[in-house]
Amino acid sequence: MLKHEKMKTRKISKPCCLGIESTADDFSVGISTFKGEILANVKSAYVPTEGGIHPREAARHHADMADKVLQEAFAKSGIKPSGVSIVAFSQGPGLGPCLRTGATVARALASYLDIPLVGVNHCVAHVEIGKLETGAKDPITLYVSGGNTIVSAFDSGRYRVFGETLDIALGNCLDVFARETGLRQKVGVPFGAAIEKLASKGKKLARLPYSVKGMDVSLSGLLTAAMNLLNKGQYSLEDVCYSLQETAFSMVAEITERALAHTEKNEVLLTGGVAANKRLRSMIEIIAGEHNATFCAVPIEFAVDNGAMIAWTGVLAYTHNVVTPVEKSFVKLKWRLEEVEIPWIK
Amino acid sequence: MDKVSRQVLVKKGAEANLYLASWHGRKVILKKRLPKKYRPQALDDQIRSYRTIHEPQLIHEAKKAGVPTPTVFLVSVKEATIIMEFIEGKQLKHLLSEVSPAKRKRLCLKIGKLAGKLHQHGIVHGDLTTSNMILGKTGKIYFVDFGLGEKTDETEARGVDLHLMKRALQSTHFKFADKCFQDIIEGYQRVLGVECAKNVLDKIKEIEKRGRYIVERKM
Repeated sequence: MLKHEKMKTRKISKPCCLGIESTADDFSVGISTFKGEILANVKSAYVPTEGGIHPREAARHHADMADKVLQEAFAKSGIKPSGVSIVAFSQGPGLGPCLRTGATVARALASYLDIPLVGVNHCVAHVEIGKLETGAKDPITLYVSGGNTIVSAFDSGRYRVFGETLDIALGNCLDVFARETGLRQKVGVPFGAAIEKLASKGKKLARLPYSVKGMDVSLSGLLTAAMNLLNKGQYSLEDVCYSLQETAFSMVAEITERALAHTEKNEVLLTGGVAANKRLRSMIEIIAGEHNATFCAVPIEFAVDNGAMIAWTGVLAYTHNVVTPVEKSFVKLKWRLEEVEIPWIK
Repeated sequence: MDKVSRQVLVKKGAEANLYLASWHGRKVILKKRLPKKYRPQALDDQIRSYRTIHEPQLIHEAKKAGVPTPTVFLVSVKEATIIMEFIEGKQLKHLLSEVSPAKRKRLCLKIGKLAGKLHQHGIVHGDLTTSNMILGKTGKIYFVDFGLGEKTDETEARGVDLHLMKRALQSTHFKFADKCFQDIIEGYQRVLGVECAKNVLDKIKEIEKRGRYIVERKM
């Protein structure tokens, strides 16, 4: 397919960026114009048969599906490979084998099409697509997913981390709890959704460790306590799910409110996979309201890991002279949000 | 409580509202932990009453340890309010960016000594940020807001306390955060001794490594 395209003369009507996301269990390709019009956002999710994400298995899935996802993205966008101006990929943070698979695809495309390559920080991309989709300008962002729990805001050239988890991520906490209780993951139904459904039937609030440390939270003790509580058998699964959710969400809500009061920003952006949870949304919405801030909930398609966010952030970076030469395109498994300079915000 | 008059909201915090008020002819701060609608009432009551009881206790303990804190006048657990002395002065959060490097160093050494005194007496503050420190008119640094504090001698808790301090410096005073933290540790060490300070420093490293996406870094 690619060879055929290359033969044609390049006539780029509207410059666009193809973004590849592959930090964890999703392989996704998005295409965004330089003006922020999302032309395609296609993904394929790896669903483990048992246990959590096995990095190597997930990477194999990505390698197997890359071709199909790419083709579908091209078909959906109506853009031909030759019409792509730049290739962006998530360079980190994430699981090594998964990141490397995405990076390999990105390098191959960029070299073959002879176009610039841009390495994008996954966490920055979540914030940027959130801003694009909701129109937020300068928000406090609560980014909660399977791998991240971060409260951040822009200040002096970078997104600063005001609060985060001291151990496991919120999504991770819910996922592990769901797995330990024997729930099975179904395609299209994340563990978080299963917990949310169970929690909505819970009534009795059990006392669980509430661990807010300054603007940080600690969730591992809560997870252990919730599992012990369930094993003791005094509370039903629904009640434990309810208690776990209420306690964990109250904790992240509290640190979000702290950061909001501290920075006095007037927008709150909620993103990441856990943003799909309606209860969490309502909590953050209440907090935003109390501080006269606008609540910006990112549409689920763009809140979960997606290629469009990488494409759009690639556009922002490239148009501000950030490119990643192939020899410097190694993946960064532990690339923190605050390490990235953000030249596109003045 | 009904004797508190002329309440003016001075700070709408995340956790509580602070009002400047008059109480028996004194200028006082009324700290009110308002109910949070976002969390279930049972949990909210638990958190608010726990913090309303513990904060004055820790403020008192800290004072005994030689750390300047506002004097607590009256506590109402039912209403989740604390009436305490109004400390006139400037928040270190603003001050640190304004002063000369030499003065900044003096302030940081002092912060470190005070944090050391707290830990020496089995208190961790729980929210050691420069917003919670006030330079009073007499030149004393007051520590306020002990709402997240606890009584403990554990190295873990001490480590988390200073780790928070470091993080707060990095997010608010990133231009001179490293230098400030060094000076704070210097002051801390002068109170707790080299060995104890080293244990806490090692713990901070361990805590940092526990965090998400931390590449081993030099302290």
